[in-house]
Amino acid sequence: MLDLYLPIIVVIGIAFAFAIGSVVFSRLVGVKRYSELKMSPYECGVPPIGNANERFSVKFYLVAVAFIVFDVEVAFLYPWAIMFKQLGWYGAITMGIFIFVLVIGFIYDWKKGALEWE
Amino acid sequence: MENLVQEAIQNVNLHAVMPSLILSVAGMALLLVAVFSPRGKTAHIAWLSIASLIVAGIVTIMGWNDTQYGFAGSVQLDNFAAFFSMICIIAAGLAILMSDEYLKRENFPVGEYYPLILITTAGAMWMVSGTDLITIFLGLEVLSVSLYILAGFFRDQVRCNEAGLKYFFLGAFSTGFLLYGMALLYGVSGTTKVYDIAAYIQANPDTTTNVMFVAGGLLMLTGFFFKIAAAPFHMWTPDVYQGAPTPITAFMSAGPKAAAFAALIRVTFICLEGMQDHLTTVFWVLAVLTMTVGNLIALNQKDLKRMLAYSSIAHAGYAMVGLVAWNEIGSAGILFYMLVYTFMNMGAFAILILIGRSGEENLTLDGVTGLGYKKPMLGIAFSIFLFALMGLPPTAGFTGKFYIFAGAINSGYIWLAVLGVLNSAVSLYYYLRIMIFMYFKEPQEDYAWVKIYPATAVSIVISVIGVLYLGIVPGSIMQLARMAGF
Repeated sequence: MLDLYLPIIVVIGIAFAFAIGSVVFSRLVGVKRYSELKMSPYECGVPPIGNANERFSVKFYLVAVAFIVFDVEVAFLYPWAIMFKQLGWYGAITMGIFIFVLVIGFIYDWKKGALEWE
Repeated sequence: MENLVQEAIQNVNLHAVMPSLILSVAGMALLLVAVFSPRGKTAHIAWLSIASLIVAGIVTIMGWNDTQYGFAGSVQLDNFAAFFSMICIIAAGLAILMSDEYLKRENFPVGEYYPLILITTAGAMWMVSGTDLITIFLGLEVLSVSLYILAGFFRDQVRCNEAGLKYFFLGAFSTGFLLYGMALLYGVSGTTKVYDIAAYIQANPDTTTNVMFVAGGLLMLTGFFFKIAAAPFHMWTPDVYQGAPTPITAFMSAGPKAAAFAALIRVTFICLEGMQDHLTTVFWVLAVLTMTVGNLIALNQKDLKRMLAYSSIAHAGYAMVGLVAWNEIGSAGILFYMLVYTFMNMGAFAILILIGRSGEENLTLDGVTGLGYKKPMLGIAFSIFLFALMGLPPTAGFTGKFYIFAGAINSGYIWLAVLGVLNSAVSLYYYLRIMIFMYFKEPQEDYAWVKIYPATAVSIVISVIGVLYLGIVPGSIMQLARMAGF
């Protein structure tokens, strides 16, 4: 029973090794030229320090929301792709309806201009 | 694996979700219509929404006495679900009727408003027909998320923003309670299907003293109490009801509240039946608290929307008396009362829409001074709704309360019925006060700004007919409620 989890433990080990390894490696080897932008927590986006009551652009959040929609879509598409043969037409039609619903949201976004940056 | 897929396909049965399916498809289609329509043109979307509601209503009525099970027992469209679905459909229809001219007056005619109402209604229907905790939760979320948007719909009005944000935070918080409770029930019984949970308890009677089960049940009920605004979980109600657009306030106080009652009844009467002795105590304490708090605070309100918000808390308290009764008349009484409440409360809000000026600053007691003389028809209609809210015959408010209190008396809760009637007596004060301002004071204004919007007038007429019909000949509808009740 427990040996079923062995691959997961291996993956966790690799993930940790990769994460720690790449940080340590770049710290040892990388060239360091600091600038104000590079030292800030986010290179792009809302300035992290300042008055909280200032007006911020809603564009970032529109992009974030649109991203969530498509992210969730992918999360559902993966398991479907794996089971594609067994699910057959039933799965294809169900998934088609699901994607169609998302497309309606996408058309709405597009028409409202949520995808235009300027 | 092959078998699982086959089973899933066979168990879908779209008939069980047909009414809500119609509304969701219509909602999505109208969203596209809205986004492709020129700004400010919303009337056609409103009428298409009404049409889809009528279709969904006909499908619901045709499914009466024909219980459909769908999605492997997650959805059960029985008479109970059909009755509550009809309440939600009526509430949504009345709300849409009173909306279009109102949105124009408030200078915010945006088409997305109507699809959101349709999707809210679809969520409410999943909630009332759900026999799986996950389905109920899903329905509740669809309903709530659309309502958060609708409550804060006028994004340039500060009060409206406050309403949306407050509703969102407290609603999300209460959903947390609900979900935690559901998780605990799942942890104890190993299933999320309400009938399977009931079967598990039948097989293991000592579950009802299991701390995890009791905690799960109570947490889940807490989530529902938030939604029906039972004291002490009512704090959000006045601010949200006051700040939200008036048709949405009317809709919120009728449709979603009825849906929350439906899920509450289904879950308690099936899953938590073993805890009946303890739960009736919880219910009567909350019922007494809810109606007393609602009525006492309403006495002191000057703002009419806020007063009606507290009155809606009190009415949730009356309806909860039917839960305490825990018998057939009591549960049928709740169904009947929610229908009655839909008509009388939405009618009262429709009147407020007509009286209000843009921004609705004048919806106070002083704002209706002498209205009965200047606008006699409005005065009469408003009086009928107020009489119904008081619970006086021959309006439906009387018959509704009668059935609920009859259920309580049948179960031996005579003192609770007495408390309910005493509470109604308290409520006379603030409802009559509106009428005193309308009829016993000299008019100071000529109410020239009051225009009788045709669609809103239709919703008022429908509500008046509903209130009087259910009050004078309640028999046939009560018969249906008894067929639907538990």
